[in-house]
Amino acid sequence: MNAAKKKGGDFLLAVEGLTVSFDGFKAVDNLSFYLDPKEIRVIIGPNGAGKTTVLDLICGKTKATSGSIKFAGKELTKLKEHQIVHCGVGRKFQTPSVFEDLTVFENLELSYPKGHSVMGALAFKRDAKVIEAVEEVAATIFLSDALNEPAASLSHGQKQWLEIGMLLIQKPDLLMLDEPVAGMSVAERKKTAELLRVITKNHTVLVVEHDMQFVGDIADRVTVMHQGKILSEGSIDHVKADPKVIEVYLGH
Amino acid sequence: MTTPSAIQWFKTREGIYYMLLALLLVVILPLTLDPFRLSMTGKYLTYAFVAIGLVMCWGKAGILSLGQGIFFGLGGYCMAMFLKLEASTPEATAIQSTPGIPDFMDWNQLTELPWFWQPFHSFPFTLLAIIGVPVLLALIIGFTMFTRRVGGVYFSIMTQAVAAILTILIIGQQGYTGGVNGITDLRTLMGWDIRTDEAKMTLYFICVALLFGCLFIARMVQNRKLGRILMAMNAQETRVRFSGYDVAAFKIFVFCLAAAFAGIGGAMFTLIVGFMSPSFVGIVASIEMVIFCALGGRLSILGAVYGALLVNAAKSGLSESFPELWPFAMGALFIGVVMAFPNGLAGLYQSYIQPLEDRLFKGKQAEISSQSSAPISQPSKAEESDGYDSSMDNYSAEKS
Ligand SMILES: Nc1ncnc2c1ncn2[C@@H]1O[C@H](COP(=O)(O)OP(=O)(O)O)[C@@H](O)[C@H]1O
Ligand SMILES: [Mg+2]
Repeated sequence: MNAAKKKGGDFLLAVEGLTVSFDGFKAVDNLSFYLDPKEIRVIIGPNGAGKTTVLDLICGKTKATSGSIKFAGKELTKLKEHQIVHCGVGRKFQTPSVFEDLTVFENLELSYPKGHSVMGALAFKRDAKVIEAVEEVAATIFLSDALNEPAASLSHGQKQWLEIGMLLIQKPDLLMLDEPVAGMSVAERKKTAELLRVITKNHTVLVVEHDMQFVGDIADRVTVMHQGKILSEGSIDHVKADPKVIEVYLGH
Repeated sequence: MTTPSAIQWFKTREGIYYMLLALLLVVILPLTLDPFRLSMTGKYLTYAFVAIGLVMCWGKAGILSLGQGIFFGLGGYCMAMFLKLEASTPEATAIQSTPGIPDFMDWNQLTELPWFWQPFHSFPFTLLAIIGVPVLLALIIGFTMFTRRVGGVYFSIMTQAVAAILTILIIGQQGYTGGVNGITDLRTLMGWDIRTDEAKMTLYFICVALLFGCLFIARMVQNRKLGRILMAMNAQETRVRFSGYDVAAFKIFVFCLAAAFAGIGGAMFTLIVGFMSPSFVGIVASIEMVIFCALGGRLSILGAVYGALLVNAAKSGLSESFPELWPFAMGALFIGVVMAFPNGLAGLYQSYIQPLEDRLFKGKQAEISSQSSAPISQPSKAEESDGYDSSMDNYSAEKS
């Protein structure tokens, strides 16, 4: 793999030999890949390939059995989840997870990167800067008019956007999105693609997605996973033409 | 809070609720109850401290501690140790084989005051210990449990276990703790006789003042971002973690806060009742405290106060006439509350009485909001239990 030759270069994220074993079952098996700054990478692969687990490993939700994850020169495998967030890694989950009882405003405010210690949260004041940041993000995620609505009243698609907004306000260097358009209506998919195009202008993004149309639209490069390993990697056209990929994933 | 906004606050619904509670506790009850009954009420209020802590810890943050008696008891014992030492002057204990030490130590053949009793000669130390000892233990329990991500039922069981261990320890170490009888025969606090009617009256008012202090702190925590994080953690712990918060630290904080409140309540209990015993530390006492909180409404700090008052009033009413019936009534009450109205009295109040108030208040609210020329934003469910801090939550008001 030519990426390996670039080892030691200016990658934003360098995953090497990453392995996790759940009671002997290797959900991710000796995986290596590298992300350049501002790259949009999409991971595809059949169900159970280990895509979600890779994101879990990077953000610290699951601890690796072996291997290393270097992000902007820092080793993430030893850090706790919130420390990884503070390093600049944001994670969106497959099912929308927002704070249903809080308003859209409060949801975004909670993710604003200030007042994260106990005392900080006690002293936190809703100043002009916070309000400005929240409004800016709300506009990006099409929720400007819903700021005072409880998140519980949002549609499924709006919740997905809100969660993306909660990442954006953290100002992460790397955004990881797990199936962001799953369960969305056609109209919502279009808007989400639009949203991602805005986001990808100034973030590095790692997306898990099934919708090949959508993947083709946004990806710089595609990594195809199968049974915890990388099956193929390259441009969308390259992986689409790869016989191994056609056999295990695109064929059916 | 600046003066004008403080005055505004008293005109809000929340402000009125607080004033009504103050009216009840400071004016109505002292005027209508005899000193004995008033002192009983004071005793019930000491449980309200625990219940407020449980609202924060269980209702808001979802951490159900079934061992709050531990902290109530520790606060109570700290106070009792000070009072006992004061009551055990060499003159008062001249007939003992070792004068100058507490009577139960003498009965247990101790000949000198144990080292951990020594600092309780000092009143400032005692005050510090009343909060410090419960908080320290909560810190240790919280740290070991929450950093290992032990939560839910496992945490509740652990707190029960600690309560049981502490009770056994206190009962077993009779010479050091007074055993199953506890620490009794307490007389004076810095020379002030706490057994007189006037003293009981004064202690009642001190208790009410401290209770409002704790209510104020709890209210501040719940209205700040900290309170929203606690609520969010309860529902979506993972999301809170990936919004960059160290969830364990927040859990430890709220558990320690509840322990501090319980410790203050325990110390006031000792002063008002005049003794402290292991029966207030153990499993049964701890579960009763959860029931006060559940009945009052586990999301409402004011509800918790009413819950503690009402359940205890019912308890003493019922157990005066039918003592054997009380445990069953209590059990039935708890099951009834959990099944029928999980948000307790406060929840009932919100769904049935507040709509009536809304109609009455409508004119008045409109007047207030037009004065401040800011629309009153809908408080989210997170704060609806006790109203909301208009200076924090009215996003539109801040903006203007
Ligand atoms: N915490 C876990 N414990 C045990 N097995 C797991 C765990 N997480 C994921 N797996 C297994 O790992 C495999 C990969 O899962 P996942 O990463 O969710 O796949 P996908 O590519 O569909 O996102 C699946 O077989 C799943 O059952
Ligand atoms: Mg998945």
